[in-house]
Amino acid sequence: MLTAILALGALALVFGLLLGFAAVRFKVEGDPLVEKIDALLPQTQCGQCGFPGCRPYATAIAKGEADINQCPPGGQTTIVALADLLGRDPKPLNPENGQEKVEKTVAIIREDICIGCTLCIQACPVDAILGAPKQMHTVIEKECTGCELCVAPCPVECIDMIPVKEDIGSWKWKAPPAPATRPRAESDA
Amino acid sequence: MSTRPLFSFFGGVHPPMHKDVSTGQPIDVMPLAERYILPLHQNIGQPAKPVVSVGERVLKGQRIGHAEGYVSVALHAPTSGTIADIGAYPVPHPSGLSDNCIVMTADGADEWTECVALPDYENINPSHLRNIVREAGIVGLGGAGFPSFIKLNPGTHKKIDTLIMNGIECEPYITCDDMLMRERAAEIVAGIRIIRHALQANRVLIAIEDNKPQAIKSIEEAIRGESAMEVVACPTRYPQGSEKQLVEALTGKEIPSEALPLHVGIVVHNVGTAAAVYRAIMLGEPLTSRIITVTGGGVAQPRNVEARIGTVIEDILAHCGGPTAETRKLIMGGPMMGFALHSDRAPVVKTTNCLLAATAEEIPDRGPALPCIRCGACSDACPARLLPQQLFWYAQAKDLDKIQEYNLFDCIECGCCAYVCPSNIPLVHYYRFAKTEIWAREREKEKAELARQRFDFRQTRLEREKAERAARHKKKRDELHSEEPSAAPATETKKAAILAAMERAKKKKDAPRITPANTEALTPQQQQMIEEVEQRRRQSRPNPEQQSAASNGDK
Amino acid sequence: MKEYALILLSTVLVNNFVLVKFLGLCPFMGVSKKLETATGMSFATTFVLTLSSACSYLVNEYLLVPLGLEFLRTMTFILVIAVVVQFTEMVMHKHFPLLYNVLGIFLPLITTNCAVLGVALLNIQESHGFVESLLYGFGAAVGFSMVMILFAAMRERIAAADVPLAFRGPAIALVTAGLMSMAFMGFSGLVRV
Repeated sequence: MLTAILALGALALVFGLLLGFAAVRFKVEGDPLVEKIDALLPQTQCGQCGFPGCRPYATAIAKGEADINQCPPGGQTTIVALADLLGRDPKPLNPENGQEKVEKTVAIIREDICIGCTLCIQACPVDAILGAPKQMHTVIEKECTGCELCVAPCPVECIDMIPVKEDIGSWKWKAPPAPATRPRAESDA
Repeated sequence: MSTRPLFSFFGGVHPPMHKDVSTGQPIDVMPLAERYILPLHQNIGQPAKPVVSVGERVLKGQRIGHAEGYVSVALHAPTSGTIADIGAYPVPHPSGLSDNCIVMTADGADEWTECVALPDYENINPSHLRNIVREAGIVGLGGAGFPSFIKLNPGTHKKIDTLIMNGIECEPYITCDDMLMRERAAEIVAGIRIIRHALQANRVLIAIEDNKPQAIKSIEEAIRGESAMEVVACPTRYPQGSEKQLVEALTGKEIPSEALPLHVGIVVHNVGTAAAVYRAIMLGEPLTSRIITVTGGGVAQPRNVEARIGTVIEDILAHCGGPTAETRKLIMGGPMMGFALHSDRAPVVKTTNCLLAATAEEIPDRGPALPCIRCGACSDACPARLLPQQLFWYAQAKDLDKIQEYNLFDCIECGCCAYVCPSNIPLVHYYRFAKTEIWAREREKEKAELARQRFDFRQTRLEREKAERAARHKKKRDELHSEEPSAAPATETKKAAILAAMERAKKKKDAPRITPANTEALTPQQQQMIEEVEQRRRQSRPNPEQQSAASNGDK
Repeated sequence: MKEYALILLSTVLVNNFVLVKFLGLCPFMGVSKKLETATGMSFATTFVLTLSSACSYLVNEYLLVPLGLEFLRTMTFILVIAVVVQFTEMVMHKHFPLLYNVLGIFLPLITTNCAVLGVALLNIQESHGFVESLLYGFGAAVGFSMVMILFAAMRERIAAADVPLAFRGPAIALVTAGLMSMAFMGFSGLVRV
C-alpha cells in the first residue's frame, strides 16, 4: 500500500516538475490569433458588436468572451469565415447586434442643411468627414465605411445613408441558377 | 508552306464553324456616321483620360484621350467634328451598365490631323517605337485588348526566339482576321517586319488554321523572299487561337501557370494588330477603325465591315440589313466567348471583332441546367488542363479559397467545358461569377485595411490630443501654484512683449494703411475725389498715438 | 527486422485502430471537417501516441512490475498520457497558435482518446519490448493519421457536392466512414500468419 502511494507520488512529482518546466519554457506572450481574426472583420469600426471597434471585438473572440455572430456589417460571410478559421459551426447573426445590411451604403451630408456643428466629425471612427466649426462638412466617400455612427449625433438630421452605386469596375456576375438538384423528386411526388 | 513538325494542345472542341456566312463579300467600309461614342476604357488596364473639352473641334486621328498609367493607351477621334459630350453612356459590357465616354458629332469633312510617318523605322530606337504604338492607341485586336506596346518590349532577361503571329481565328462565325489576311496581306507583313524589328525576334511563325486556304495563300505570297517568316497551317480546333494553347500547338512548349509566353522566349501578336502597327509607323495613322464581322441569321447581308471605333452598333447592323425579326440575341464576339449585348445603342470598341445577330436556331435554348453526372467530359475538353467539375462545385458552394487552389485564374473562359457538358450546366458563368466575387472580396479587403489604418491613426491621434490637453492643464495648474516666485520675470516678459507690440503697431500706422492700386493714370477729378476721401478718413479717426495709449491704459 | 516491419504494416493497414478496431472515433468524426485541421490533429496524435506508448512501457517495465503494482496500470497510464498531452498542448500553443485554437477541445481530449490508452494497454497484453512498443504506437498513429486525412479530404469534397437532403451532414459522414471501414476489411488477408 505504502509502496503504491510512494510510487505514484514520485511519478506525479516527476511529471509535475516536467510540466512546470514546460510551462516556463513554452510561455505564450500575446495572442497571434487576434491578428487573424481582425483581418477577417470588415473594419467598419461601427461598434454594433458591443465593443469599441473591430480589434477589441477580435480580442474578445480570441479570448472566448464574445461569440462570432455579433458583426452585422460583415454579415453571414464574416460569420462563415470566422467559423472556418476557428473550426466552429457557423450560426445566424445575433439579432441583438442588428440586422445585416442588404447593400453597402455610404453617408452623404445634405450640404444646404448642415450647420457645421462638427458633431459628426467627432463621431466618425475613420476620420472620413471633412469640415471645421461653422463650416459645411462633407464625407470623403472613398473612406466612408457606412457605419452610420454619424447619423445619430447630427442635430439637424442632414446625414443620409445612400446605397453605393454599382459601376463597371465593381460589377459582379450574378450566381447562375443552381441546377435542379433532384429532378426525380417531381416524378416521385 | 513548309513541312514542320506540329505539336498539339490538350483538350479543345470542334464546334460548327459557320465561317462562310460572312466571307462571301469583300470588306466593306462603313460610311461616315453622324455621331460616335468613344468609351474611355477600351483596353485591359487603366482607362484613358480625356484631354478635350465639350464643344472643342477635333480632327480625325487627333488624340482625345491620354494614356493614364503604364498599362494604358491613348484614344483618338475617328473623324473630324466637335465633342458633343463627355459622360456616362451605354458601353458594350456584359453588365449593360454605362461608363465614361466621349461623344462626338461628325462634321462630314473627315479631315485628318497631321500624321507623322516613320518609314525609316529600322533606325529608330525600339523604345521610341513602342511609345509611338502606345500613342497610336493600339491594343491587341484579337479580342482581349491588352496594350500592344507592352508586348513589343522584349524585356532584359531573355532573348525573343519566336514571334508568333496569330491568324488562327478559331471561334465560330468570326472571319475578320481571315478577310484582313486575304485582302491586306501586304499591310500585315509590313507590320510583322516592324514588330519583329522591335522585338529582335529570330523567326516569325504566322499561324493560320487550315480552314482558311485563301488567307494562307495570300500571306504566303506576301512573305515570298522573307527567309525568317513562315506560314504554319494548323489543323482546326477550338480554342487554338488562345495564346498559351497556340504556343503549345506550334512549339510544344507549355507555358506555366501565371507566366507569359515571354518567359519561354515567345511573343504572340494578332495579325490585325500587325496591320494597325503598320499604319501607325509607316503612315502615322493612329487606330481609329477596325474590321468587324457582322454575321448571323439576324442580318440580311452578313459580311465584314471596316468600322470606325465608336460607331453605334445599331448603325452597323442597319448597314448590313439587320436586325431582322428573327434575331433573338445580339452577341459581341463569337458564340463561345462572346457576351449578349443589352442594347444596340452601345458603340463598337477596339476589341469588338464580331457582332453576331443570332437567330433562335443558331443559339438554341439549351434548357435548364441538370445535375452534374460526373461524366468528366469537361476535364477532357479543358485546354488549360483544369478540373472544371471541381471548380463548378466550389463555385456553387462559394468556396472562394478552394476554387483558387484549383487554379481558377488559369481558366481562359473558352467555354469548351460548357459546350461538352451533357447536363447543360453553364460552367463558364460559374467561373466568371467566382472570379468577380474574388475580385470584389479583394477590393473589400483593401478597403477594410484602409479603414483599419485610419481607425488606428485616429485612436493614436485622440490619445495624443488627450495627453497634450492633460499636459497643458498640468502646466497651467503648476503656473498658478508657482505664480508668486515667478511673478517678477513674468511681468517683465509681458512688458517687453507689450513694448514690442506697440513698436509694431506704430510702424504699421506710419506706413500707408492701404497700398493704392490702379492709380497710374488718374484723371484730375479722380485725384480730387481720392484726396477728399482721405481727408474724411483722417477726421473721423482720432490721433493714432492717443489711440494706442488708451488701449494700453485699458489693460 | 521482419517482425518490426510486420508490426508497422499490421497497425497501419490490417489492424487499423480507427477503421478495424474502432478506437479513437471521437476525433475521427469531430475534427475531420477540414483537411488542415485533420492534418494538424494527426500530427498531434502521432506525437502523443508514440511518446505515450514509449513512456507507458518504461513506467510499466521499470516501476510497476518491479514494485508489483500492476493493479495501478490503468491509472498510471492515464497519468502518463495526460502529461504527454499537456506537454503537447503547451508546445502547440507556443508554436502553432492557430491550430491550437482550431483543435480546441479536441486537443485535451486526446487524453481520453481510447486509441492512446488502447495502444498502451495492448502493448502490455502483447508483451512488446521497448522498440516494439515504440513501433506499435507509431504505427497506430500513422494508421490513424492516414485514415483521418483521407476522410477529411473526402468530407471536404462532400461538403461541396449535392448530397440528397436526408443524408446531409453527419449522416453522409457516417456512411462514408462505414464504407471506408469496409474497404479496410480488404487488408485483413494481406499478411499470411
